[in-house]
Amino acid sequence: MFPTVQIGPLSAPTPGLILLFGIWLGITLAERLAPRFNVAGKALSDIVFAALLAGILGARLAYAVQSLPAFLDNPLSLFSLTPNMLDPVGGLLLAAIVAFFYGRHKKLALWPTLDALTPFLATLGIALGLAHLASGDAYGVPTTLPWGIFLWEARRHPTQIYEILGAGLTLALTWPSAETVPGREGKTFGCFTALTAAAHLIIHGFRGDSTILANGIRLEQVIALVILGISLWWLGRHFSDPNEVSSQP
Amino acid sequence: MRTMLSKYWLYFVIVVLLIGAGWIWASRDDGGAQLQASPQEGFLAPNFTLETLEGETVSLSDFEGQAVMINFWASWCPPCRAEMPSMENVYQKYQNQGFVILAINATHQDTVSGAANFVAEEGFSYPILMDTKGSVSQLYQLRSLPTSLFVGKDGLIQEIVYGGPIPEADLQTRIENLLGGRQ
Repeated sequence: MFPTVQIGPLSAPTPGLILLFGIWLGITLAERLAPRFNVAGKALSDIVFAALLAGILGARLAYAVQSLPAFLDNPLSLFSLTPNMLDPVGGLLLAAIVAFFYGRHKKLALWPTLDALTPFLATLGIALGLAHLASGDAYGVPTTLPWGIFLWEARRHPTQIYEILGAGLTLALTWPSAETVPGREGKTFGCFTALTAAAHLIIHGFRGDSTILANGIRLEQVIALVILGISLWWLGRHFSDPNEVSSQP
Repeated sequence: MRTMLSKYWLYFVIVVLLIGAGWIWASRDDGGAQLQASPQEGFLAPNFTLETLEGETVSLSDFEGQAVMINFWASWCPPCRAEMPSMENVYQKYQNQGFVILAINATHQDTVSGAANFVAEEGFSYPILMDTKGSVSQLYQLRSLPTSLFVGKDGLIQEIVYGGPIPEADLQTRIENLLGGRQ
């Protein structure tokens, strides 16, 4: 566990550095693979950068709105460079809105663009697992299994490593083939959401920091199950075997 | 054929969802809150006893039932020096509502005179604790200065902020969350 790294007099948060590296790697990968989805690599990186900027802005504004009196007392705090004053939900929401409208403005087709973003998102998932491993967050419940890791005064499930493996497997399974198959737009993204939801459904069963609903049921698992159900329903509705369809009278 | 395929897919989805629901039930968490003490969010803040600059003995357990901000600092650390006046402002504002700041000087990496001079210059009124042997820094696995931990009235660590300076508005937000009992 290395929550910070000392660079001379500067103390930098390791998880933040890992996430930055993950974003760079993810964008590079997505740019290279974008032609396989009939999407221009440059357009893809532009949309990611626009979404990232909007995400940071949205996260800071959402954080400030939740504590408006404090920020009205000290309005300059809004421009502080600290990475701690961010609301992830507000950031994700504004990033998604900006990405959607930016994509429409640039006349990018929705489903191929989402497919082409999949390598970026899966790489980000791996980076998130590594960031959790560095910070010690997203820790597991105590276990006696031999592969448990000693963390926070107990031997625990290495849920951060499960997270990395889950995201790595998702990246491998959604890796685009060299040849594009027409009529399959959205399938890669659908598979990505289904696999990611399935991974979170399984891994959260071993997490020690979940949000608990009634009877010990974990909120994150319920959300993952709903997303998994929607993804599978959507995949089944839109992608049946074209050979089977064409054999109809 | 397409209908049959859709039917098989539907069965597959139902089976997957049933297995998923079964896993949610089988892996439900009956443990509740973490009762161990560890320097991590969601755990009890480890107890410690240190002397103040004035030689008075203070323990974290003395403030049971109060919201506590534990701040590790050193007089040579610019972001520490920058955030401590803001800490004084919020301490003045919230101390009557059951909020306390324990500013632990990492004295094993600092000097007593350096810390004392800075505190005298600024006139901080919250307790300044001297970690001369570095035992509390070690207990809290201190890796950077400043580091701030926000401990709820129940003794659980709600948030840890590595680095600084923490802007005053952010401090207020976190303290109001602590006092509001957000868990």
